[in-house]
Amino acid sequence: MTDALLEIRNLHTYFRTDEGLAKAVNGVDLIVPKGQTLGLVGESGCGKSVTALSIMRLIPDPPGRIVGGEILFEGRDLLKLTEPEMRTVRGNTISMIFQEPMTALNPVYKIGSQMAEVIQLHQKVGKAGAMERVLEMLNKVGIADPERRLNEYPHEISGGMRQRVLIAMALSSHPKLVIADEPTTALDVTIQAQILDLINVLKDEMGTSNLLITHDLGVIFEMAQWVAVMYAGKVVEYASVDALFSRPLHPYTGGLMESIPHIDQAVSPDKMLKTIPGMVPSLFEMLEGCSFQDRCNHAFDRCRSEEPHLVDVNSGHLVRCWLHE
Amino acid sequence: MNNDNLLTLEGVKKHFVMGGGFLHGEPSFLKAVDGVDLGIKRGETFGLVGESGCGKTTLGRCILRLEEPTEGRVLFEGRDIMGYGRHELRMLRRDMQIIFQDPYSSLNPRKKVRRIIGEAFAVHKMLTKEERRDRVQELANLVGIRPEQIDRFPHEFSGGQRQRICVARALALNPKLIIADEPVSALDVSIQAQILNLLVQLQGRFSLTYLFISHDLSVVRHICDRVAVMYLGRIVELTDSGELFARPLHAYTQALLSAVPATNPHKKDTRIHLEGEVPSQINPPKGCAFHPRCTRRGEICTREVPVLVEAEPGHFVACHEPQA
Repeated sequence: MTDALLEIRNLHTYFRTDEGLAKAVNGVDLIVPKGQTLGLVGESGCGKSVTALSIMRLIPDPPGRIVGGEILFEGRDLLKLTEPEMRTVRGNTISMIFQEPMTALNPVYKIGSQMAEVIQLHQKVGKAGAMERVLEMLNKVGIADPERRLNEYPHEISGGMRQRVLIAMALSSHPKLVIADEPTTALDVTIQAQILDLINVLKDEMGTSNLLITHDLGVIFEMAQWVAVMYAGKVVEYASVDALFSRPLHPYTGGLMESIPHIDQAVSPDKMLKTIPGMVPSLFEMLEGCSFQDRCNHAFDRCRSEEPHLVDVNSGHLVRCWLHE
Repeated sequence: MNNDNLLTLEGVKKHFVMGGGFLHGEPSFLKAVDGVDLGIKRGETFGLVGESGCGKTTLGRCILRLEEPTEGRVLFEGRDIMGYGRHELRMLRRDMQIIFQDPYSSLNPRKKVRRIIGEAFAVHKMLTKEERRDRVQELANLVGIRPEQIDRFPHEFSGGQRQRICVARALALNPKLIIADEPVSALDVSIQAQILNLLVQLQGRFSLTYLFISHDLSVVRHICDRVAVMYLGRIVELTDSGELFARPLHAYTQALLSAVPATNPHKKDTRIHLEGEVPSQINPPKGCAFHPRCTRRGEICTREVPVLVEAEPGHFVACHEPQA
């Protein structure tokens, strides 16, 4: 593996709620290698978005709090930075693209001025210089007729175009790491294909590294070189894309792959899909032992009493499962 | 049209009036559904796919007459339902039910599951109290809701379980046709498979016919027997599911299929890049609505709207230049 740009070690982020302590992120370890894309995959509530917000230190406190772990960015622990120091990192060296492009843009400001504001905040340029940079970025993300778009409001442009604007905004400060949280989930497939291509082209052109959060294994396969699979607040498997898709080791990863209908594979005559029984455990009552035990076909005594560790079982293929100890 | 069709649509249109009126000049029309003909056979699962705004949901609502079509005929078991009055419509809706995408907003949060599932009996003044109780138990059991859960409120259930409750409610009156509008899109992948399996099992058991509306092509391929692809209010291609995914003829279908991220290493090279976005339905392009984005467009495509013709047995396509 190449050098790590970002390394998360044993991260814990909890939320205090009326129902008790929700352990949303409960021991996440992962690495985003320099110049590559790490896909973070998992179902809703598994803690993937909270992991992203923890990196940015945007966890609302209260009710949330990062209670333990390290987030090393180029070797420096982001959790030890002061808030003013963090502000120079956020949106500058690390920036973020959100899922819902309509809510991520301010509806009462024109596209041009919201983009210029971000640039002026992070770079020493005047108004004219910022606008020049806005035009350059809009061109880069493939927006036709950018001069006209500058003076339009977010509601006047389509969803795909809004996502392009957000990408332009995120990349305008030449970040080293871009965190994209479900960037194409709200888009149609043909537009999704355009946006994914754009993210890849810009990554190579600008030399960024990406942390791509998604629930779609197909998107991971097309975009990422590395994958981390999350379940109930923990990374349960970490591997290169080739290794994960050719030989998933964790029963959850395997179950997830089998439960998805494939567009390019024959349908079984009875139309039945393999399923993972049951549902995701509650964040409030963590099970003793492995959190996947009661949905797992392979669970044995040890899984019910002792929690497995994330261990390297095959040169860079890590799994949290007693079957592979 | 074929006699074993449970449902037949003939030239169905739904145009919404936008703006206009007194002092505002001519109104414009949003042509959500712009002339759809199709027949759904008894016992099949018919898929309706397309991107957002293509009119697939509006078409589903027109069939139930939740939306009044502007033009055209909807025939259910051979009878035109367009002229039905209130009473007849109520009777018709025993035979036709709908399952919505969002199991959070489609269940009344203040009613217990027992009442939600049993509501149809109250509306239609059917069954005695005891019979209703037994039938609700039976329905809950069918969809995998445990007896002790029947007296709980919707918020106590997960998304997948709520969708099971919606399925039970739809089944209450023994319908013949169920319109499922993106029934698994809001669910996590591991739960999607559970609900899809449930729908397949129920279909076999109760000889149901499904109209399955979805934007997820992998799911449609898995569950549907025949599929229609919609673009800007019209059907552009219609054929057997296996045929459509193996040998699409319309350029839009081909691009749509190739855009789906798949976990197959050979597929990356063959992607068709579709330029631009879906045009506005208020001012759709002249001729074939797809021509501005089409790689095969000819001169005729900018002038004439292609009609849906049977290019090969059972394989319908609306394109001037169909090509496998």
